[in-house]
Formats: sequence, C-alpha cells, structure tokens
Amino acid sequence: MTTFAVSDIQAGKPRPTKRELFVGFMLLSMIAFGGVLPLARRMLVEQRGWLTSEEFTELLGLCQFLPGGNIINMSVAVGMRFRGPAGACVALVGLIAVPTVVVVLLGVVYDRYRDDPHIQHLFGGLAAAAAGLMIAMGLKMAKSLRGNIPGILVALLSFAVIALVRVPLLYGMVALTLVSIAVAAWRHRS
Amino acid sequence: MTDTLLSLLGIFSQLSVLAFGGGNTILPEMQRQVVTVHGWMTAADFNALFALSQAAPGPNMMIVPLVGWHVAGLPGLLVSSLAKFLPCSLITMIVMGLWDRFKDRPWRRLVQTALMPVTAGLFVASAWLVTVVAATSAIPVLIVIAVALGSMFTKVHPLWWLFGGAVVGLASGFF
Repeated sequence: MTTFAVSDIQAGKPRPTKRELFVGFMLLSMIAFGGVLPLARRMLVEQRGWLTSEEFTELLGLCQFLPGGNIINMSVAVGMRFRGPAGACVALVGLIAVPTVVVVLLGVVYDRYRDDPHIQHLFGGLAAAAAGLMIAMGLKMAKSLRGNIPGILVALLSFAVIALVRVPLLYGMVALTLVSIAVAAWRHRS
Repeated sequence: MTDTLLSLLGIFSQLSVLAFGGGNTILPEMQRQVVTVHGWMTAADFNALFALSQAAPGPNMMIVPLVGWHVAGLPGLLVSSLAKFLPCSLITMIVMGLWDRFKDRPWRRLVQTALMPVTAGLFVASAWLVTVVAATSAIPVLIVIAVALGSMFTKVHPLWWLFGGAVVGLASGFF
C-alpha cells in the first residue's frame, strides 16, 4: 500500500481524503441506475483522476475474481488503497447509504398500499419488467459462452441444480465450481 | 426477534462469500431462504421487493437491506446489510495485498475461467425464478417478453422499461 501512495505523490496524482471518498462514492450511487461500472470508471479515472485507466482495469480484475458485487468491492478496494481500512469503510458506506434510504422508502410505500388492487397491478407490471431485464442480461451473459460446448453444459447444469432442483447454494456452488474447474483444466490440456 | 436477526446474519453472511460473478447470482438462494425455508414472505412479495430494488439507484444488491427491513425493521436492515457487505469487503481488503503475487498464476486464470459458466447459469436461474413468479397472467407475460426483447435489441435505459412496465400494469387494472 505504501509504495502505491509514494508513487502516487511522485506522479502528482490526487490522494483523496476520507471525506472525498465518502462524497465521491455517494454521488456515484445517486446517479447509478442499472450498471454502475461504466459510471464508476468515469468518476475514478476521468473526473477525479484517483486511478489511471490501467489501475482501474487491474482493480476491476481483482473485484471480478472475488465474491461480492463488483462495484461494492471496487469501493472497498479504492478506499483501502488510499486511506486503509477506515477509507474502505467510508467509501462503502458512501456507496450504499443513499440507495438504502431510497429502497426503504419505496418498501414503506409498498407495505402501506400492497392490498390496494391498483397498486398490486402496478407492482405486478414493475416486477414483470424487472424479470424481462434479467432475462435480457442473462442472455447477454450466455452469449459469451457461444462455441464453448463444455461451458454451455456447465451453465445448463448450474441452472438446473439451482433453479429446478433448488439445491442449497453453498453445496451447489462448491460442487459446480469443482466440476467446472475439472472441465476447464481438461479443455486446457487437450 | 433475536432468532430472526441471527437467521438474517447467517443467511446474508453466507451469501456474501458465495456471491461470485456479482450480486444477481445469489438471488435464487436468497429467495429459497426467505420464502421457502423461513416463510418470511410470499414469492410475490419477494419479487416486488426485487423489482423495487431494481428501480432504486446504486449497487444492484439493494434488495438486501430491503429484505432485512421487511423481516425485522431497522435492526433487520442493519444486520442484513452488515452481514452482506462486511465479509466480502474483508476478503477484498485482505486479497488486495496478495493480488500481485498470484494474479498471473495459471490456477488463478483457470478458476476465473471455470467460474464464468457457473455464474452465467446462476444468473439465468435468477431470471427464471423471478419470471416464473411474475408471469401470472397474459399482461405480465407480455410485459416480460416485450421488455426482454426491447432491452436486448435497443439501448433504451433500464429505468424506462421498469417505468413502462409499471404503467402498463397499472393501466391493465382498469380494464
């Protein structure tokens, strides 16, 4: 971490304070609807200059490898890098504070009016649209497996085990990952 | 109450460390726990909360505080959020220091390659489960299909699809 900070100062790059981390990620969360990552890149690299393009890509690789939402991990990694654990904490809280208040307010409205037939229709339509968006995103993800027959089979197996058989994710995930690693290793060799 | 909070803690901390490939892959397990195992809400309620969280700004895991709130009020919200966001954050903080040492190792690339089809399958499982619950009659089915196709082949912002779905749903109640 220290080496990072020293090289940053030498390069004349800004080193955000805890307050700047909090405010930066809070502002990001407020404009981010459906797909935060492109906006995160714009804020971190282009607008504030906290990271170079290469550093962003590098951190993103780490965040995608680890569990947790990519943007959640990204806020933690950026905060950690500049201000240690306290920085990670303020960046994360900045990212989720406003959205939490917004969803809870929406949830209160839902609880209050859920028995009203018109509101039920409204939420029925909203949930259907959310499902449609998920299908589109799922198909886009599945496209990246085109031509990769073993990968498609692993994806279908994962779908069946979790969506149809409803195996607990903990066991399902361990087993599926091991199968997939074996398949990937076998493909790699042949 | 304490039992409920402990259950929330257990569920969401486990989901936190299993959430490879982003938040939406853990939706089926969350639904299984919250609806089937604990019976805290119906599948339709869960779908409504998911839809709400998609309409809100920020990271796509905002269903987590919402479920906590719905199940156990403010303490539930705090426990769920902490359980969901802390473990994966700690892992990130720890691994950051080690990343340079193993990011170029062959096993790291192998694991990442192997996780991809699994998370794609889990993502489609999430889409399947919310669709099955949402598609109760002709109008919602049409909304699902229209939004899926529209969002695949146009660049219209997701919020407009949610807004449009809600408006069409509301209007269908008047006929």
